Amino acid sequence: MKGEVLGGCGLHMAAEDNVVTAIDDLTAGTTIPYDGGRIEVVEDVPFGHKVALVALEPGDAVVKYDEVIGQATEAIAPGEWVHTHNAESRRGRGDVADAEGEVA
Amino acid sequence: MSTFEGYRRADGPAGVRNYVAVLPVSIAASAIADEIADRAGENVRSTPHQMGRDPPAAAREQIERTLTGVGRNPNVGAALVVGFGTERIDADEIADGIADAGRPVETLSVREAGGTTAAVEAGTEAAGDLWDDIEDCRRVECDVSELRFGVECGGSDATSGIAANPAVGVACDRLVEDGGTATFSETPEFIGAEHILAERCVDESVRERLLERVDRRESAAELMGVDLRGAQPTPGNQEGGLTTIEEKSLGAITKGGTTPVRGIVDYAEELPVSGGLVLMDTPGYDVESVVGKVAGGAQVVAFTTGRGSTTGNPIAPVIKVTGNPKTAERLANNMDVDASTVLDGESLDDVGDRVYETLQSVASGERTAAERRRLEEFAINELQPNELAELRGGV
Repeated sequence: MKGEVLGGCGLHMAAEDNVVTAIDDLTAGTTIPYDGGRIEVVEDVPFGHKVALVALEPGDAVVKYDEVIGQATEAIAPGEWVHTHNAESRRGRGDVADAEGEVA
Repeated sequence: MSTFEGYRRADGPAGVRNYVAVLPVSIAASAIADEIADRAGENVRSTPHQMGRDPPAAAREQIERTLTGVGRNPNVGAALVVGFGTERIDADEIADGIADAGRPVETLSVREAGGTTAAVEAGTEAAGDLWDDIEDCRRVECDVSELRFGVECGGSDATSGIAANPAVGVACDRLVEDGGTATFSETPEFIGAEHILAERCVDESVRERLLERVDRRESAAELMGVDLRGAQPTPGNQEGGLTTIEEKSLGAITKGGTTPVRGIVDYAEELPVSGGLVLMDTPGYDVESVVGKVAGGAQVVAFTTGRGSTTGNPIAPVIKVTGNPKTAERLANNMDVDASTVLDGESLDDVGDRVYETLQSVASGERTAAERRRLEEFAINELQPNELAELRGGV
């Protein structure tokens, strides 16, 4: 498997990633060692879903696989679940193009 | 040298199965084709589909290309092309294309045969005669460089990009190293990862073509003033932890391995033999995408899944690989390779080796889970109105 498993439960796929992937169903209160400290998972996060390792502001890139996979749509604290409720794609956005008048 | 036991063909690479294909040219002949295949025996396989009798010209061309390609697949020893008799899709042209590859071919018209009952009888007899022509074909040792290996993913979740896809990617790398062809498709699932593929393109023309195809798929959404978010990732993908198309794509492209991208072909266009890694420009619907690759000549397909998928193909064996431990357990009867062991620490190289060994044993005749259960889904990609308009130069 590529990457490093933090605390036996969070797969950090690349050093620059600001999220980990839960490789178990995580319950609130689980802690994940990161950057010399520990991050407390603040809510239940299901297997396969992502947990923020750092604080993100709206518009900040979400990084996994050492690549940008989208951006935060609201402030996300370390330990929060990162998914469609607080992050979104930057691609295939006809809605944005339409609003900006790029497409007639 | 890596080898498999395959069926030598008059023309082109060896097959891994020896079938008579019964190819309906439209929905009007599909039930007849099914009935013929049911009656004519286990080695006769039909490819029912829903294409109509009078599709627009560009759509017709794609249907003809697909059916001709399926009939020329190395796993097909002989073919029966069945039409209702009033289609604009030309059954004779499809039959000629298949005959050009040295395969015995017959055609049948339901209308001329005198209706469905007579057509089923005549077709069953014709399929039986075609089987007589090829049943003496025996497996002989062939080099794996003759294999065109199609890889597909469906029902993806977060484990797809972590375990199943990179493991299948290792198998693709092994095959390419041994001189074969590996191919993956679903262009909408290159979005957000195309820069990685572009960097690996062997030359500027392949790179430009790839980026142009991705752009076309992405702008299809933009032209409609909608965004991909509701459809990609799918609700199922999202439940499995995938948040955005970029995340899905970055996981999806790992199933093709790490070798240079040598080309990109159209849906159902013939794939090169000993061609290395070649992409196919297809939509993101897995069953249609598999059929595109089989029409392109893929003799074996590996299909990765996270949330689960059981689909097969009538002509090519489909090896099911999952990286999700729950799916591996729940759908154990429908899976061929358990790649979820990656999460427990088995190396991707080792799991990839298991996939590659499975590819060789399946190529030599071992039946996959989908084959044992006769799961033989078949669908042809139907060009959408916006794509037809674009092909006419209207957009």
